[in-house]
Amino acid sequence: MIAILAGRRPAQVPAARRASHLVERNAILYRREWSLIVSGFFEPLLYLLAIGYGVGSLVGSAVTLNGHPIPYAAFVAPALMATSAMNGAVYETAFNFFYKLKYVKLYDAVLATPLGVADVALGEIVWALIRGTLYALGFLIVMAGLGLIASPWAILALPAAMLIGFTFAAVGTAASTFVRTWQDFDLVLIVMIPLFLFSATFYPITLYPGALQLVVQLTPLYHGVDLLRSLTTGSIGPGLVGDLVYLVVLGGAALLLAAVRLQRLLLK
Amino acid sequence: MAISPSDTTALIHARGLSKRFANLVAVDAIDFDVDRGEAFGFLGPNGAGKTSTMRMIGCVSTPSSGTLSVLGMNPITDGPRIRARLGVVPQADTLDMELHVDENLFTYARYFDIPRDVARRRAKELLEFVQLNDRAKDEVEPLSGGMKRRLTIARALVNEPDLLLLDEPTTGLDPQARHLVWDRLYRLKQQGVTIVLTSHYMDEAEQLCDRLVVMDKAKIVASGSPRSLIDRYATREVLELRFKIDAAPALDGKLEGIADRVEVLPDRVLLYTQDGDAAAAAVHERGLQPESTLVRRSTLEDVFLRLTGRSLIE
Repeated sequence: MIAILAGRRPAQVPAARRASHLVERNAILYRREWSLIVSGFFEPLLYLLAIGYGVGSLVGSAVTLNGHPIPYAAFVAPALMATSAMNGAVYETAFNFFYKLKYVKLYDAVLATPLGVADVALGEIVWALIRGTLYALGFLIVMAGLGLIASPWAILALPAAMLIGFTFAAVGTAASTFVRTWQDFDLVLIVMIPLFLFSATFYPITLYPGALQLVVQLTPLYHGVDLLRSLTTGSIGPGLVGDLVYLVVLGGAALLLAAVRLQRLLLK
Repeated sequence: MAISPSDTTALIHARGLSKRFANLVAVDAIDFDVDRGEAFGFLGPNGAGKTSTMRMIGCVSTPSSGTLSVLGMNPITDGPRIRARLGVVPQADTLDMELHVDENLFTYARYFDIPRDVARRRAKELLEFVQLNDRAKDEVEPLSGGMKRRLTIARALVNEPDLLLLDEPTTGLDPQARHLVWDRLYRLKQQGVTIVLTSHYMDEAEQLCDRLVVMDKAKIVASGSPRSLIDRYATREVLELRFKIDAAPALDGKLEGIADRVEVLPDRVLLYTQDGDAAAAAVHERGLQPESTLVRRSTLEDVFLRLTGRSLIE
């Protein structure tokens, strides 16, 4: 009180710590609703069984990576791991974030506390990336159990999946701020399904004609797939730097956009 | 202390404070000061600019022009620091519907970086304070309006704020729930918490506020203690007359001289006077036959009517 009368400014809690309290709030909620999280993990696992092994038995060793034949399941698995990181992050930021923003007005209450819009954006993105990472971790364990990991580089697959989770969480949060009604989420699915199917997920990108290869290389999941596939198969090359830069820049830009949009929506 | 300029001791200090939106001036160059320990009210009809003013004080809305200091700090640059010491009860309840009653208080305390064990203890104490301890583990949605309001007030107290901002704390509550909220706010006031509230209820302002300003159309039209406003803008008593429907036009001039001021409303006629009973007798002497007469003390409602020519709640 004396400090205030003297005009001295009290200490401020650091931003990362402020954002962490929102992560804690989500963790409290999901302690009860853990089944919601678990369900999202099974989707890519089912694809691995159906396509990696089912279709894989027809494909044989027709797929090659850098000139070497590779078991089809080992080719598809890292792509599905990238997809699971994307799914976890986007489900959380698109649907749950929108619900909290527009329906339960959670952030109207949160912004009356020391937390600001940047803390809200960061907190939600971190939470979503945690969810995406959990999916990816579960998937990585399954891959190890099935003998689909061919390189010690795979140890970096988890941090790489966290980066993928961050990028898609940031993009999902930014996109959510433009959504007006639940119907708009059809658009999110219209974007996510082709990303899942065509990001060199099930076959090498070299199958596309040159121009189409360029288009695929502009989309984010392709870089996530390429990153994880390189790490779990051990085909490390300079292309990895491009993947990393792409994901970092896109995620950072989306985080910035999300904060600016939230500022406009919530602090009128 | 006495030699300090007023703007450093006031908890809130505003000069020429304005808020403009695209095609609307919500707050138009208002001046006010709120001192430590007082209960201060913004009174006015819907759309007068009360909520916009509260949002600027709460550092969730940037002033368009003018100066504002809250707790001696600048809301634009020190928002997080100021908000750390505020308790906010917004106009519409913004409870966390996904969490249970006690979790609402716990997580809110965590937003203020309050350690977990302290947060748990405060949640428990505050639920007792607002008489919701038996609902601690319940969902929020099924609670009644009054219970939600009390929970929102409890939530605003988790950080032991220096300044409590309440935007229409009892709008929409039944009389019993309203009195319970008033009682809790009165206790906080006794404990020395500075309270700023908005209301369109005159009785609420009379009950709770030491000082208030009346807002109308984005401007402050009067300020003072409830009593001083009544003294200045109304008379000691009011005689209310109700006549048969459509009889009012026929009154033309017949009430002249009986009261200091006569206000003809659609449903009744108000006579502002120092002596309501004498005025009632005078009305009957003139041969008028109102269906009912009521002598009452004047209220802030009468002040508002005088100042704006409109009843407060239409």
